[in-house]
Amino acid sequence: MWEYTDKVREHFMNPRNVGEVENPDGVGEVGSLACGDALKLTFKLDAEGRIADARFKTFGCASAIASSSALTEMIKGLTLDEAAKVTNEDIAEYLGGLPKEKMHCSVMGREALEAAIAYHRGIPLPMAQGEVVCECFGVTDLEIRRAIQESNLKSVEEITNFTKAGGGCGKCHERLEAILREVHQDTQKIIPDHRPAARLTNIQKIKLIEEVLAREIRPALRKDGGDIELVDVDGDFVVVSLRGACGTCKKSQTTLKEYVEKKLREQVLESLIVEEAKP
Amino acid sequence: MSTPVVYMDNNATTKVAPEVLAEMMPYFSDFYGNPSSMHTFGGQVGRKLAAAREQIAGLIGATSDELLFTSCGTESDSTAILSALQSFPEKRHIVTTRVEHPAVKNLCESLDKLTGHKHRVTQLPVDREGRLDLAQYEESLADDTAIVSVMWANNETGVLFPVEEMARIAKSRGILFHTDAVQAVGKVPIDLAKSAIDFLSISGHKLHAPKGIGVLYVRRGTPFVPFLIGGHQEKGRRGGTENVVSIIGLGKACELAAHRMTEENTRVKALRDRLEQGLLAIIPHAMLNGHPTERLPNTTNVSFEYVEGEAILLHLDQFGICASSGSACTSGSLEPSHVLRAMGVPFTAAHGSVRLSLSVYNTEDEVDYVLEKLPPVIEKLRAMSPFWQTAHQGSVGGASCKCQCS
Repeated sequence: MWEYTDKVREHFMNPRNVGEVENPDGVGEVGSLACGDALKLTFKLDAEGRIADARFKTFGCASAIASSSALTEMIKGLTLDEAAKVTNEDIAEYLGGLPKEKMHCSVMGREALEAAIAYHRGIPLPMAQGEVVCECFGVTDLEIRRAIQESNLKSVEEITNFTKAGGGCGKCHERLEAILREVHQDTQKIIPDHRPAARLTNIQKIKLIEEVLAREIRPALRKDGGDIELVDVDGDFVVVSLRGACGTCKKSQTTLKEYVEKKLREQVLESLIVEEAKP
Repeated sequence: MSTPVVYMDNNATTKVAPEVLAEMMPYFSDFYGNPSSMHTFGGQVGRKLAAAREQIAGLIGATSDELLFTSCGTESDSTAILSALQSFPEKRHIVTTRVEHPAVKNLCESLDKLTGHKHRVTQLPVDREGRLDLAQYEESLADDTAIVSVMWANNETGVLFPVEEMARIAKSRGILFHTDAVQAVGKVPIDLAKSAIDFLSISGHKLHAPKGIGVLYVRRGTPFVPFLIGGHQEKGRRGGTENVVSIIGLGKACELAAHRMTEENTRVKALRDRLEQGLLAIIPHAMLNGHPTERLPNTTNVSFEYVEGEAILLHLDQFGICASSGSACTSGSLEPSHVLRAMGVPFTAAHGSVRLSLSVYNTEDEVDYVLEKLPPVIEKLRAMSPFWQTAHQGSVGGASCKCQCS
């Protein structure tokens, strides 16, 4: 069960400003049914250009509904320039904090607000101009970069918590790592993610493996009259063929695991698994 | 005054039956001996364990020497699958389904890393009602298939798989068959003496025994390699001092389950049906997930379109109603349940799924209470949903999912 603050629970049970403003001055819609949460924000300005009324409709979990409710309360009475400065951190703070896995709910509130302001000003939504990095949830590199900077995100997992990017098929993890490195360039070390790290391409991997084979492994085996040949690299699996004396040696399996695999893991990639090619 | 609890989450865990607790109590601090000890004080505990073993064997048509005690259903699953792979090191293929519990699914997906060998895992698909295609199953079996692992009943939908027939097919091909039966034991009749099943997993806390006790049935003559190696307990097939009190509790729970099997399939099933039909009748845009009849008697999984499951659960929580959901938000992941996705439940509905799982302790009044409280919750959340109105105008809002996850 999620640990929600009393304020989150209260805004969830009794959400403020549910609905849609009639003849709105701004409309912002973000999210989709497929994504599991969506928010439609509408607002009306008064004669002085301040937000007189703001209403929301939200499909989503408790924190999505509470974040929407909080947002509408926070922006009432603000000018659009003032409202544009409200960040997702402000929304989360207003609610006394959100579980870290739920931070994307507050981000959704902020994005709907930006969309509504852009709608009013008749300009394209700045964040949507970026390149879509996460296809599953339609998140652009601009949104990801901003989240990394503003909330000082340090891992792919944190990016997922804040923006949902990378939470679907996982194909964009390498790209997210790269963006993370770019943003943090030379500033701080990245905390390693528990998910697979940025992978070597197959060609890079084969090249490195061939190098280690040629430099260390093959010379050692040749001393005992054996030899080794690289047959295939499939993901983490390195398929090799043992030749010469190794081919008939009873200890060849030990050589394979204890020596070849160990060397390759040390020098190429920790996750490699060495197998012998089937005859 | 606190709200009374209406517990309808029995596929998650169950209450320890009072009779079970009473049976266990003396063995905490009166008869606390080690069943392996030479003295009478420990020996009497050993005799009680033997009796519990008989009670458990009785419920599933096994003999007591075919059972070994584990710490949970997950350990039983791991033990069975890893044992088969070690027994046939040249066989590197496993057949399972896309809707298995994580105890089997995640293990199968981690085998390469765990064993240092490459495996092929066939995850059989299911249809819209959660059923397998037996012809496809037969085709999937190969000469290097080490084991088939298919659950007896699905924890999320309650859908039953024809595991006895599947086990016969596997046996005819010389392939071992394991079934994770944690949801089925005590709810549907099981007679292993008449089946071809080689391994079967049981979890105590799913049938009114405590948490922390599991059983693995290993058919006599089935090759077996232990998972936990240590002392001579369980004839060397599972080391570690026996969880005495829990085993005694599970023995009593199995005896009770045998007596209550009829009630489970009549009164509890009638309550479930009344609840399910009531919800589907009162709430528009609601649908059943899972086959209507080939199902556990206690489980219903219903989707309410255009609302999100966690929000439903938290509202129900205010009324003391305990249920669960396959929505993304309840799991902490960003995608809804793998079971509902495998069944092809549309995203519009998968996010709004609610599972209610009953037990013999539920009453008619409780069903009425849920039928009174749940519909207004859905109505309230729909009034707040940006898709609800659009949907009624005939066009569903929102982009479709672009990833390959469905």
